[in-house]
Amino acid sequence: MAEERRPKQCTVVLPTESMKAMAESIGVGQLQEESCAALSEEVSYRIKEIAQDALKFMHHGKRRKLMTSDIDHALKIKNVEPLYGFQSQEFIPFRFASGGGRELHFYEEKEVDLSDIINTPLPRVPLDVSLKAPKEQQKAESTEPLKAVKPGQEEEGSIQKGQGATSAEAKGKKEGLIRMKPRSTHELSVEQQLYYKEITEACVGSCEAKRAEALQSIATDPGLYQMLPRFSTFISEGVRVNVVQNNLALLIYLMRMVKALMDNPTLYLEKYLHELIPAVVTCIVSKQLCLRPDVDNHWALRDFAARLMAQSCKTFSTTTNNIQSRITKTFTKSWLDEKTQWTTRYGCIAGLSELGPDVIKTLIIPRLTIEGARIKAVIEGPVVSNIDKIGADHVQSLLLKHCASVIAKTRPLPDNMEQYRVDYGYLGPMLCSHVVKARAQAALQAQQVNRTTLTITQPRSTLTVSQSGIGGSVGSRTPSIIKVPSSLTLMSTRPGTPTQPSPPATKYIVMATSAGASSTQQVITLSSSSASSVTSTVASAASTLQPLVKLESGGGGSLGGSRPLQKYIVVSLPSSASSSLESKSGMLPPSSSSLEAGMKMERSDSPGASTQSPH
Amino acid sequence: AWYILSHINLIEKQRETKGPPNGQVDLEVEKKEIKTETSNDGSGNNNANSSSPGSTSLGATSKSPTGPAEDQQTLLAVLQFLKRNKLNESVDILRREAGLSVEIDDSPGSASGGAGSGGASNSTVDGGDTNSLLSRVSIAIPAAPAVTAAPVPPKVTASGGEDQPDVNVVLSAYSQQGDPDLYPLYYNGLKKFIESVLDCHRAELSQVFYPLFVHMYLELVYNNHEVEAKQFFEKFSGDQECYYAEDLRILSGMTKKEHMKGNETMLDFRTSKFVLRISRDSYQLLKRHLQERQNNQIWNIIQEHLYIDIFDGMPRSKSQIDAMSGSLAGEAKRDANKTKVFYGLLKEPEIEVPLDDEDEEAENEEGKPKKKKPKKDSMGSKSKKQDPNAPQQTRIPLPELKDSDKLDKIMNMKEAAKKIRLGSDNLPSICFYTFLNAYQGLTAVDITDDSSLIAGGFADSTVRVWSVTPKKLRRVKSAADLSNIDKESDDVLERIMDEKTASESKILYGHSGPVYGISFSPDRNYLLSSSEDGTVRLWSLQTFTCLVGYKGHNYPVWDTQFSPYGYYFVSGGHDRVARLWATDHYQPLRMFAGHLADVTCTRFHPNSNYVATGSADRTIRLWDVLNGNCVRILTGHKGPIHSLAFSPNGKFMASGATDGRVLLWDIGHGLMIGELKGHTDTIYALRFSRDGEILASGSMDNTVKLWDTLKAFDDVELDDFTAATGHIHLPENSQELLLGSYTTKSTPVIHLHFTRRNLLLAAGAYNP
Repeated sequence: MAEERRPKQCTVVLPTESMKAMAESIGVGQLQEESCAALSEEVSYRIKEIAQDALKFMHHGKRRKLMTSDIDHALKIKNVEPLYGFQSQEFIPFRFASGGGRELHFYEEKEVDLSDIINTPLPRVPLDVSLKAPKEQQKAESTEPLKAVKPGQEEEGSIQKGQGATSAEAKGKKEGLIRMKPRSTHELSVEQQLYYKEITEACVGSCEAKRAEALQSIATDPGLYQMLPRFSTFISEGVRVNVVQNNLALLIYLMRMVKALMDNPTLYLEKYLHELIPAVVTCIVSKQLCLRPDVDNHWALRDFAARLMAQSCKTFSTTTNNIQSRITKTFTKSWLDEKTQWTTRYGCIAGLSELGPDVIKTLIIPRLTIEGARIKAVIEGPVVSNIDKIGADHVQSLLLKHCASVIAKTRPLPDNMEQYRVDYGYLGPMLCSHVVKARAQAALQAQQVNRTTLTITQPRSTLTVSQSGIGGSVGSRTPSIIKVPSSLTLMSTRPGTPTQPSPPATKYIVMATSAGASSTQQVITLSSSSASSVTSTVASAASTLQPLVKLESGGGGSLGGSRPLQKYIVVSLPSSASSSLESKSGMLPPSSSSLEAGMKMERSDSPGASTQSPH
Repeated sequence: AWYILSHINLIEKQRETKGPPNGQVDLEVEKKEIKTETSNDGSGNNNANSSSPGSTSLGATSKSPTGPAEDQQTLLAVLQFLKRNKLNESVDILRREAGLSVEIDDSPGSASGGAGSGGASNSTVDGGDTNSLLSRVSIAIPAAPAVTAAPVPPKVTASGGEDQPDVNVVLSAYSQQGDPDLYPLYYNGLKKFIESVLDCHRAELSQVFYPLFVHMYLELVYNNHEVEAKQFFEKFSGDQECYYAEDLRILSGMTKKEHMKGNETMLDFRTSKFVLRISRDSYQLLKRHLQERQNNQIWNIIQEHLYIDIFDGMPRSKSQIDAMSGSLAGEAKRDANKTKVFYGLLKEPEIEVPLDDEDEEAENEEGKPKKKKPKKDSMGSKSKKQDPNAPQQTRIPLPELKDSDKLDKIMNMKEAAKKIRLGSDNLPSICFYTFLNAYQGLTAVDITDDSSLIAGGFADSTVRVWSVTPKKLRRVKSAADLSNIDKESDDVLERIMDEKTASESKILYGHSGPVYGISFSPDRNYLLSSSEDGTVRLWSLQTFTCLVGYKGHNYPVWDTQFSPYGYYFVSGGHDRVARLWATDHYQPLRMFAGHLADVTCTRFHPNSNYVATGSADRTIRLWDVLNGNCVRILTGHKGPIHSLAFSPNGKFMASGATDGRVLLWDIGHGLMIGELKGHTDTIYALRFSRDGEILASGSMDNTVKLWDTLKAFDDVELDDFTAATGHIHLPENSQELLLGSYTTKSTPVIHLHFTRRNLLLAAGAYNP
């Protein structure tokens, strides 16, 4: 038992040397050995006494850790002035030194430059205390015992008491309270069922704000995995039905759900790919996705789904499931088929080209001649149908867009129009001009980078800044708003694809007309180099704030600045630059949003820029 | 002594301020107090005298005979006072009773030594004349040593009154100059003897070790035998029971005579006798041994500092003793728990269920209302019957019910009808309210009875109130705006609220130290908070401002709670005194003094006639609100008690301490009836379900545990013998009683609450 310890307790006293040292520190030079001994005993006793009282305060403070404030309070009840300057909970400012055979613990008092303190930016204000409870309780005092559990849930930062649908079932960590059940059961508690119903209704409902919230919830809430099988079934069934009914809007909503599920870091979709992949592929290659193929923009859906496909290939493809190669095969097979319609053809090409430059190089570029001939037949030949023509047109621009960048990198100079025609057939000349532009842009970028001597990490998303009078403010999940006296164009390419050389004009994404699908900002704007302005809406995150971003060509020194943590680099624009400049930034987590990062960055060093941040 | 004086002033003021009808009530109350007090005092002395023959035979010879004279003086003073106030009836009673007690009363030591007399003396003073009673007051002090802000130096005989011979005797025991080298020999001799006695006596006699050890050590220290004291401590501290480790640690720090000055633990040991319960046979054995050996040193200590409560019958077993021991001053005397406690519930006022309720039911299926009606009637008739164990309805004056209270009662009944019947096979759902970003600062939580509001007290001196229903918290409009309101309109109560101030939570600023206790009034109009700054504050939940700061405790106030009927509240703190207040008085109505260490938690009995206090001296005391007497002393915890809970029927009590154990008590008999082991850290929250079938306990070890109290209470067999002697065999079944254990990730549970429908709410701050 404590028999070994107790005798020690009795005898532990401060060493007399400490007394001497303390006496010296206040100017008493010669202290008798006897007085030292007497003092040290007295002091030890008093310290013990105070420690015992402080312990009381710790207990009543419902803590396990003794804090300096406890000592202060213990001193206070003894009518002793508390010790000041020891408020920090973590930091105990004692230093150890030894020398001359003496060991000493002392309190280091550094000289502090006041201007340093004043000039350092204020730290973030700590979050206020908030109360959190499971959603269920608030909805209705459920009489159903909360037996269903979601083990392994993660604590969420600071969700306020869950009233809003976003933090619905924000059961957070407290779920541990509830009796654990084996994972095999898939029964949902009444509350989870309610949540599922609400979320799915909101996702496919008509209210855009609600949908945004619901998608946000799917993308961020931890512990949804119990509902995951239901979500994936919901999506696959939904796609099946709506493809037949050609309900483009619903298909888009469902794809956004897939996107949100993928974005949720706590979910791992691998087990449900067998349902999700067919649904996504359907949205890429289906012959008809909308009622009026000539008017509706189903191309955007195909693009979006193709990107989803590429993302899931990247995330989930392994040597055992071979998702990527199987998907590639499927796309190639239907593309090669002569009878394939233009819509499907477009989807196949989009799906393939999203898979990366290697795929483009090996699978698409060799077929450019054949494809060119086919396009030519439709465009220049006798008018077959308007729909075919539109389809061919889209396929053409798609091919040009994707191939140009790849060719620009692989094909040696010079870019000879005739040579291109020989190599690539009908598409050759157009391709040639695209490649030239791509090269020019790449060169310009390289130059920029060299000039500012900033290293570029993996190029992933692009931020184009050009000066104009319009301020773009973007609301994102982090409540920081930046006001920039120049308009902002955010070109964030999806992960893995390099910066695009000027693609054909007027590319835009319909998806963005609604509020944000998720926290990550997908490619929203594809700007044409020649177009004077392309307006696009950026799908913003949780907030329904829809930042209008404008790109305007034109010069003017622009701004830059970066937060080193984000590795976000903005390159300043020389006044002579004619077109928009791009700076590359490498995001550490590929999923994190470029927009968000962009918003967080601090601009302090560039003239004409101002930063506003609530924190 | 100032507090008693101020208290007297208060009582007199009360009399002055209140109108004639109220004054009458007050006087009556006081009469009663005096009656009970005097009889108690007398009987207490009787008991002390008769039950410790040893002390009369040997110890009393040295004591001065001034004690009885003192008492008589007091009595005369009281009589004078009564006459002056024309309370002839009480004068008669007092005369009769005092005559008896004075004759028998020849043991002066018990006048101040009794643990219960702290509270008793308090109430004596209630009726006394200030001037003539000053001397009496000084006697009362040793029972409540911490009340005086400046600890009394030992040389001044620990009690302030140098003319008190009994205290001199206490001290002289320490100044006795025995040979310090012999102390270990004496102790060892006794140890050998006890180890050699029959098994059945050994456990009982082993109880002597600890107090003996402590007093021998203190004697050594007091007489400046520092080295010997240290050696003595090192040699024998290991023998002591592990649950005394905390006190031994304090003791070990005390190595000099100077240290004894002002040390609270020291004072406790000196001023209160350590109580041991020993069977007559064992006691005789010990006595014979000590007399044979001429072992005066030890015998003196036993005489002076120990109170041996002798009982006839079988010696107790080791486990029985262990269950009851552990407190700072030994077990409770048996007599301390003899007073009758009216633990029954008060009759609920009859409230007519409004008509619209019937209409609602009529809307349901035809058959239902008919079924329900007889049920309701039966419920009503049950409450009409007066519980034989209940106190008189008017035993203490309770506030009248307002209309809003009645409405609330009706709501309560409606909700109660939907209540889920809990049991071992039907456990409650638990909903956990987590305080995020509290940075280790959450110190107290309370939830209103209807579970609509949550309040949290924080180390940064703030009190925050949250609404957990969609109804937001609103302030009443300012006076200027209020004057513009149409007072005749039906929704005037709505109109007075300021919509602009609606928010989910409100912060109350006012304290200047951590807020350790917090309590909602039953009508949800007020909130109490107690703080390190020594004040208790009353907040209005209509205006969200502080209404009153109750000053009285000079030291941190650890806990406070409203009476279940409102109006009264109790607080307890570091000054070792629990105080009873009424919201409209700025000074306390009663002071419950007697604990030997901090009062750590306070709870009202459901009938509002009693207050339970848990303390760091590891005892629980039950106080009578009517007369301020201590009616129960419950020992058995091995650490400071941090939570208390009464069962809804008022019959049982549960307590939790830093030792991680929950103990169950039968209040009527004053007995421990169960021990629930399972927690590994301090228990900060205890709550019975609405019907009392389940006890929920929440602890620092991040768990909520549910216990089957129905079974626990059923298992207890209480025959007359155990009831009379208080020797219980605790069933070793805490694992069977444990119904469930629920772990949070990293959130200590500091509050538990059952909603009216028996959903369990828990609260705590996430501790990253």
